[in-house]
Amino acid sequence: MLKRTMAFVAVAATFATLTACGAKTDESGAASPDGAVIDTSGPTVKVGLLNSLSGTMAISEVTVRDSLQLAIEEINAAGGVLGKQIEAISEDGASDWPTFAEKSGKLISEDKVAAVFGCWTSASRKAVKPVFEKNKALLFYPVQYEGLEQSPYIFYTGATTNQQIVPGLDYLKAQGKTSVYLVGSDYVFPRTANKIIKAYAEANGMKVLGEDYAPLGSTEFSTIVNKVKASGASAVFNTLNGDSNVAFFKEYKSAGLTAGAMPVVSVSIAEEEVKSIGTQYLAGQLTAWNYYQTTEGAANEKFVKAYKAKYGADKPTSDPMEAAYVSVHLWKAMVEKAGTFEVEKVKAASDGITFDAPEGLVTVDGATQHIHKTARIGRIGDDGLITEVWNSGQPVKPDPYLKGYSWATGLS
Amino acid sequence: MTLVLSQLFTGISIGAVLLLIALGLSLTFGQMNVINMAHGELIMVGAYTVYVLQQVISGAGWSLLIALPVAFAVAGLIGVLLEVSLIRRLYLRPLDTLLVTWGVSLLLQQLARDVFGAPNVQTRAPEILTGSIRITDDLAISSSRVFILVLALAAVAAVTLVLRTTPLGRRIRAVVQNRDLAAVSGLATGRIDRLTFFIGSGLAGIAGVALTLIGPIGPAMGTNIIVNAFLVVVVGGIGQLKGTVIVAFVLGVLQSMVEYTTTTSVASVIVFVTIVAFLQWRPQGLFTLRTRSLA
Repeated sequence: MLKRTMAFVAVAATFATLTACGAKTDESGAASPDGAVIDTSGPTVKVGLLNSLSGTMAISEVTVRDSLQLAIEEINAAGGVLGKQIEAISEDGASDWPTFAEKSGKLISEDKVAAVFGCWTSASRKAVKPVFEKNKALLFYPVQYEGLEQSPYIFYTGATTNQQIVPGLDYLKAQGKTSVYLVGSDYVFPRTANKIIKAYAEANGMKVLGEDYAPLGSTEFSTIVNKVKASGASAVFNTLNGDSNVAFFKEYKSAGLTAGAMPVVSVSIAEEEVKSIGTQYLAGQLTAWNYYQTTEGAANEKFVKAYKAKYGADKPTSDPMEAAYVSVHLWKAMVEKAGTFEVEKVKAASDGITFDAPEGLVTVDGATQHIHKTARIGRIGDDGLITEVWNSGQPVKPDPYLKGYSWATGLS
Repeated sequence: MTLVLSQLFTGISIGAVLLLIALGLSLTFGQMNVINMAHGELIMVGAYTVYVLQQVISGAGWSLLIALPVAFAVAGLIGVLLEVSLIRRLYLRPLDTLLVTWGVSLLLQQLARDVFGAPNVQTRAPEILTGSIRITDDLAISSSRVFILVLALAAVAAVTLVLRTTPLGRRIRAVVQNRDLAAVSGLATGRIDRLTFFIGSGLAGIAGVALTLIGPIGPAMGTNIIVNAFLVVVVGGIGQLKGTVIVAFVLGVLQSMVEYTTTTSVASVIVFVTIVAFLQWRPQGLFTLRTRSLA
C-alpha cells in the first residue's frame, strides 16, 4: 500500500512540474514596423502594471505595485500625460516566469498599453524580454540587477552593478577590509555578481576567502556560517535573497559574529526585509542601495509622506519602490518631450531626461537606457531604518557592461 | 580537530531540527499511516503562536516558554479538528488523504497570509539564546542550537515514555500493530486515533516554536519543511520511533560534514543519492515494525 502511495506522490509531483512548465506563453501581438499599437482613442491612456501579487515574490512586488499606483495617482491629479488621464491595468505575474511572459503579451496586444511597469526577479525580466522586443513595446524595470544586459525596449531604473556592487566594494576597501567571504543564493544574480566581485578583488588586492551558494529558500545556514567564521575574512558580501536571509542572520549572530568584527554588506535587504528579519539580528550591518527611507531632501520627504498617507504609517519605503515611482515619472517626461506615445519616438526622446527623484536628481542615459543614480552605503539601525554612512557624492553614470573598468574586461 | 568537533555539533544540531519536525509525523504517518501534507502548516501554527504570544507577553524568554505548551495545544487541536472533519473519513484511502491534506495545507497558508499578512513576521529571541557557549578558545556552540537539541531529546523521551509506560501508549501501540484485533478487544480505536493525532500535531507545534529561533516565520515556511520531515520518517522506517531518531542525526551529521568539504548544493545531492541508494537496499526503511496483522 505504502509503495503505491509513494508512487502516487511522485506522479503528483511530476504532474505539478509539468503543468508549471507547460503554461501557455502567448507571445503573439499585432506588431507593426513602427512599434506596438497603442490605444489612445479614448480620453485615457492605458499602462500595464506587471507584478507578482501572489506566490513567493508577492511580499516584495506588491510594494512596488503600490508605489507605481501612487505615482500614477500623482500624475493624474496634476493633469495626466499629454492631457490624458492614465488608466492602470494591473496583472498578476504570480511569481511564475511563463505567466509573466503571457501577461505581458496580453497587456501589449489586447489592452494596447503605452508602457508596462514591473517585474522583479531577473528570471521574470529574461522571460518577458523577447515579448517586448518582438512587439516593440516598452518595459520599465525598477529593481537592481546583475548588469550585462541592454534591451532596446527596456528602461532600467534600478541600479546596475557599477552603481551598487562596485561602490559597496569600494567602501569596504576604503574601510581597510582586505578579505571577503561571498555568500549568495544559487541563481543567476548572485553568481554573476560574485564573478564581478572576484574580478574586482583580484585587481584591488582583496582576497576572496570563500564562496558559498545556498538553494533559494534554504534555511539551514549553520555550516556556511561555520565556514565564514573559520575563514577569518574581514567582511562578508551577501547576495542571498528572500527567506534565506532570515536564517543566515540568526545563525550569524548565534555564532558570535558581529557587525563590528566582520560586517556583512547585503544588496537585497531593504527596509521591508529588515522588518521581517528582525533588527535584533541586523543592527549595525551594512547595505548597498541608491535610496533609503531616511535619504535627505524635499522630494523624498514628499514621497514618504504621500506613501504613508496612502498605505499606512507603519509601511516603510525602499529602494525598489522608489525606483518604480521614478520610472512612471520618467516615462511621463519622455512622452511629453516626444509629444506622442509612440514607442520609437519616446525612446528617441529619452536621452537627458531628468527627474528630481526622492534619491536625488536622476538622468536618463539614452545610450544604455539606464539612469544615473547616486550610490549609497547604509547602516541598519536599532529602529529598523537604514541610515546613510557613505555616498558617491554625485550620480554614477550607468555602465551595465562595466566597459569603464579595466579589471572587468574578462567578464561577459 | 576543533573544526571536526564544531562540524559534528553542527550536524547534531541539524539532526535535532530534523528530529523535531519529523517526530510528530512519525506518529501520524509512521504509526497511523496518514499522509498528512499539512504537517508543515501545523509547524507554522506553532511558530505563529510565539508571534501572537509576544504581542501579549513582553518578556521574550517567558513568552517562548509559555509558547511551548500553548503551541502544543493549538496545533494539536487543529490536528484533531482535521482528523475529525476529514481524515477519519478517509482512513482506508491514503491517496485521497494526501490530496485532501494538501488542500488543507494550502488553505492554512492562505489563512496565515490573510491574518498575519504575506511578509514574514519577526519574533524576539531571549538574549540568552542569541549568543553562543564557549567550550574552548576557538570552539563555541550556539545556545539556540543547544536549546533545540535539549528540546528534541526531551520530546523524544516524553513520547517514548508515553508509548511505553502509560495505558494510552499501550492502546496506541495495540491499534498500530493490529487495528482489528484492538477493536475486537474493546478498544475505542476512533478515540485513540484522535489522541494520537493530537499528540503528533502538538509535536509539530513545538517544532514550530523551536524554528522561530533559527529561521523565518511566514506563511510559506511549512512547504520548505515537509519534504525533509517525510524523508526522515520514510528512511527511518514506518512505525518506529528509534528509526526516526537515528536517521535524523545521521542525515544531519552527513549533511554538515559533506557540506563543509564541498558546497551546499553538492551536499544536498550527495545526501539525496545516499538516501536513494539506501532505500534501494532497504525499501522498508532502517527499522520495520513486525506485526501479526494481515494488512
